[in-house]
Amino acid sequence: MSPALFLFRKREWIYFAILAFVLVIVFPSLFDNFRLNLIGKYLTYSFVALGLVLCWGYGGILSLGQGIFFGLGGYCMAMFLKLEASTPEATAIQSTPGIPDFMDWNQITSLPFWWEPFHSFTFTLFATIAVPVALAFIISVAMFKRRVGGVYFAIITQAIAAILTILIIGQQGYTGGVNGITDLRTLLGWDIRSDNARYVFYFICVALLLVSLIVAQFIRISKFGRLLIAMRDKEDRVRFSGYDVANFKIFIFCLAAALSAIGGAMFTLQVGFMSPSFVGIVPSIEMVIFCAVGGRLSIFGAIYGALLVNAAKTSLSETFPELWLFAMGGLFIAVVMVFPEGVAGLYRQHIEPLIVRGTSLLRIGKVRKPRPAAE
Amino acid sequence: MDVEQPKEFLLSIEGLSVSFDGFKAVNDLSLYVEENEIRVIIGPNGAGKTTVLDLICGRTRATEGSIRFRGKELTKLREHEIVHAGVGRKFQNPSIYEDLTVFENLELSFPRGRSVLGALTFRRDAEVINRVEEIAEMIFLKDHLETDAAILSHGQKQWLEIGMLLIQSPELLMLDEPVAGMSVSERLKTAELLNTIIKKHSVIVIEHDMKFVEDIAHRVTVLHQGKVLSEGSMERVQSDPKVIEVYLGH
Repeated sequence: MSPALFLFRKREWIYFAILAFVLVIVFPSLFDNFRLNLIGKYLTYSFVALGLVLCWGYGGILSLGQGIFFGLGGYCMAMFLKLEASTPEATAIQSTPGIPDFMDWNQITSLPFWWEPFHSFTFTLFATIAVPVALAFIISVAMFKRRVGGVYFAIITQAIAAILTILIIGQQGYTGGVNGITDLRTLLGWDIRSDNARYVFYFICVALLLVSLIVAQFIRISKFGRLLIAMRDKEDRVRFSGYDVANFKIFIFCLAAALSAIGGAMFTLQVGFMSPSFVGIVPSIEMVIFCAVGGRLSIFGAIYGALLVNAAKTSLSETFPELWLFAMGGLFIAVVMVFPEGVAGLYRQHIEPLIVRGTSLLRIGKVRKPRPAAE
Repeated sequence: MDVEQPKEFLLSIEGLSVSFDGFKAVNDLSLYVEENEIRVIIGPNGAGKTTVLDLICGRTRATEGSIRFRGKELTKLREHEIVHAGVGRKFQNPSIYEDLTVFENLELSFPRGRSVLGALTFRRDAEVINRVEEIAEMIFLKDHLETDAAILSHGQKQWLEIGMLLIQSPELLMLDEPVAGMSVSERLKTAELLNTIIKKHSVIVIEHDMKFVEDIAHRVTVLHQGKVLSEGSMERVQSDPKVIEVYLGH
């Protein structure tokens, strides 16, 4: 009874293998460095969508504020990179050399104390996860212990996303304001803008995503996963079966936040900047749409959903920039009205039965003569 | 004020009141339940029957009074702590997990791995499987373990929820209208089930079906306007003029 083998059922191992094959072999051999970097960027949203599958799809906790955690993770990474790019030599023309350029423009003359720890890469890696999770913990304890849930919770997460955006934009001297933290150059001396670095980051991103997928699958098949479904269905019953429901919700919300944060950090590394436009209400809702399109009950679907919607976004906005928002709205309506389980649901309903029939026909064909087609 | 309780009562409710915006749904109620007793609570609509169960299991907070269960004060505990203390509650409408199978429904109610970490590391071992099968047999669902709970009949859902309580091994079971919506044969089977249950548990039942009450009750408590109107054996209660007045008087 090796748990690793039983983590996925046979068919799920095939899906996992297909996904790994597509991400590790097909995409890198099919696309040039520029396109691959774009796909890497899309994949950072897959982390968020994966978190939403667990939190929203399974647990029924709709968060319209995943951008908060994506952004915080991204900002933590960006702060480290920015400090590395702001050596006294590189910033010699500033009135205060050695601090990030936007601070200098805002008449700040010394590095704020809370920027200091971000000189350390180890601390940054820790903070990338810890800061968003800490905020998620505070939010979820405050809400779930008081039994705030459903639509109210969604609205509150959205409000926090808005607040955080306003805070970041308002505190321009400390955060880079509306432009965000830009002009990031090197990671531990290694130029992150080079083709080589982008290539490596793509694979790191894929590796992290596959690991996250396994973690998500572990939770999905554990009793925790079944409890999530039970909580979504009959929260009271779970309570009267002797569970402290709030703790479970807090855990899954924090986990979803951690996944978003990893996505955010990988985004910063691959795209080379972080700004409030990835934190606020609109990006947060977009993230929910990625998850919904992929299928909110499918961990694989979430990843394809993020890829598909983002690819559509890029190609549409390259050709008809003004159409994208309408297309996005239309897509959301279509998902809700026509295929509520997303792409994964369509696959399960229409394609999987065909495959099952196909393989069973093959198997029968091998063993004995095919039965008459009457049935 | 703090009087030592005689040992033989499993549950003693004293001076319990709750008011919703000034309306006293339960008003200075006292009730004692002994070990291995089946107590049936009856009363007209709005008498406060369900509210009493809500108060015991912590769903509603009492405004005044005390509920002691094996010497523990329940009014200060949270719902899951009350479950851990040994009180199980079945709701009026079957409250089961429709998206899970019968097996999974029972498994989730098995009293192990109730913390976050416990749920992540929980393993479906022989002990769990045996216990689930044992309970499934008792509640007549042995052949439906892999069935989605959503497609069970109404009566089977009621049984499943009773089973979910049994697997918790509570000392006190509270059943809110367990035979509502059941066919005659299902009702008989449920009475039989309850009769096996009480060998190990005490039970409080809310029921409207008088025939069923007669079949199972040791003692009956009649509630009216949040107060105990009458208490005793079924015959005594049925011949009590106050009870007749309340049920037939208007």
